[in-house]
Amino acid sequence: MKRHLAEAGDAALPPGPRAMRGGWQHLESKLVHWLLFGCALLSIATTLGIVVSLLSQALGFFREVSIWEFLTGTRWAPILVPQSFGVLPLVAGTLLVTVIAAAVAMPVGIATAIFLSEYAPDRVRRIIKPSLEILAGIPTVVYGYFALTLISPLLQKVFPDMLIFNALSAGLVMGLMIIPMVSSISEDAMLAVPRSLREGAYALGATRLEVALRVTVPAALSGIIAAFILALSRAIGETMLVTIAAGATPKMTFNPLESIQTMTAFIVQLSLGETPHGSLEYNTIFAVGLLLFLMTLVMNLLGHWVVRRWQERY
Amino acid sequence: MPGSSIIEVKGLNMWYGNFQALRNISLTIPRHQVTAVIGPSGCGKSTFLRCFNRMNDLIPGARVAGQVLFDGQDIYAPGVDPTEIRSRVGMVFQKPNPFPKSIFDNVAFGLRINGYQGNLAEAVESSLRRAALWDEVKDLLHKSALALSGGQQQRLCIARAIAIEPAVILMDEPCSALDPVATLKIEDLMRSLAEDYTIIIVTHNMQQAARVSDTTAFMTMEEDRAGIVVEYGPTSELFANPKDKRTEDYITGRFG
Repeated sequence: MKRHLAEAGDAALPPGPRAMRGGWQHLESKLVHWLLFGCALLSIATTLGIVVSLLSQALGFFREVSIWEFLTGTRWAPILVPQSFGVLPLVAGTLLVTVIAAAVAMPVGIATAIFLSEYAPDRVRRIIKPSLEILAGIPTVVYGYFALTLISPLLQKVFPDMLIFNALSAGLVMGLMIIPMVSSISEDAMLAVPRSLREGAYALGATRLEVALRVTVPAALSGIIAAFILALSRAIGETMLVTIAAGATPKMTFNPLESIQTMTAFIVQLSLGETPHGSLEYNTIFAVGLLLFLMTLVMNLLGHWVVRRWQERY
Repeated sequence: MPGSSIIEVKGLNMWYGNFQALRNISLTIPRHQVTAVIGPSGCGKSTFLRCFNRMNDLIPGARVAGQVLFDGQDIYAPGVDPTEIRSRVGMVFQKPNPFPKSIFDNVAFGLRINGYQGNLAEAVESSLRRAALWDEVKDLLHKSALALSGGQQQRLCIARAIAIEPAVILMDEPCSALDPVATLKIEDLMRSLAEDYTIIIVTHNMQQAARVSDTTAFMTMEEDRAGIVVEYGPTSELFANPKDKRTEDYITGRFG
């Protein structure tokens, strides 16, 4: 509708130098339109492609193993005999690491954001923000070896019985890894809160902390929740760090000191092995991948819902 | 103690970094009256107003010299907590700035952070009544404050300010974003609030100053753009017989 109006407006202009380019300009704008549309389409097509390939291969798996057995079984041993395809140990491993990461990243991330947006003088902010961005740019494989070679040995001094591969160390380091994501998006949301709201609170005798916790954070809540959800999705999907540091033992446990295996780490392990393509064992990858995809999808939908429900508009 | 003074400004100078925004201001604000501050744009009226509740502290590089005595105590003396000052000197801003919360939570905000022990609902109701807003919002208390009209929002901000029982209310061009009907309501409110509070209002609108205020300060800026108070006295006198040429030029519309 808008486009038509704009075109009508163009037509009403007296003929100027632009009119000389008439036909070509029209073609050019059409071309640009389709080019940009194509780029936008690419991401949708990719998503669809992933869903289709996951679904079709996972179907092969579910023809032989019932969905019920897959979702409720508590033993995951696709290549060992006797075979068993209960995915819950992998889900438990993923959730365990994610919860530990969230427990680190949420408080520290939001505290960092509050510090940057409400407390830090410009000079300090100019140092901290780029440092955080560097943290976000470190390859995850580096975090993996950081967890394995530095954090795990340190933790072993506290928990002598703990294995070197364990959920706790992977979760803690993953928490560190996603702090920049939480703090940076949260801080953007807080900086967008109008100055007039803060002044209103200061004028009522509020301290800096009261302004931050009672005005800025509630007003920026939707952005902060979005940051949490994005960071959690990242944690659930993170692969390299947990493959290196969390172990390769699918185990139905919520004890962070044990060695576990996450869904992503399993996919890596199996795809690197010698399992023949097209076999039932190989197709487990797609069943687990599909579940992973659904989990992050639900998280994102939940995030959208929470944001709409709790948004404070200003 | 009507007739006595509540605030005494002595030799006040103020800088933003190297820029001097206010120069050598001395005057006394009478208790339970409306004092207006008028003057051309950029003369430092708002800056001056924000010296009374130390809001300028929030701006990096802002610096004050001189004294602002509030009931005899210098609010810029070392060791004075600005949040304590702000809970006794309230402020209403140019654009209504209710929090994106319910009407109730807006009025209760100051009470909650100041640890109010009494009945919150009663305190909220009485503040809304005194701000002449109760009848319009009594059934909407838990609806968002942002659903109100601009004039209602500004009266809500006044209710929010008076809820914590300040002695002084600063108003920084409180009607500049409002239509004439809403403006009149706020002006009526100011007159009735002056029975219990001391009001200092910055306004662009000379008719408004003439209508609502008992005392008026006329400010202008010197060549280096530092704001000064040129003339200060009873509103009727200042408008009828300005003593200073600059005041006369301004109020007769020859300047500003």
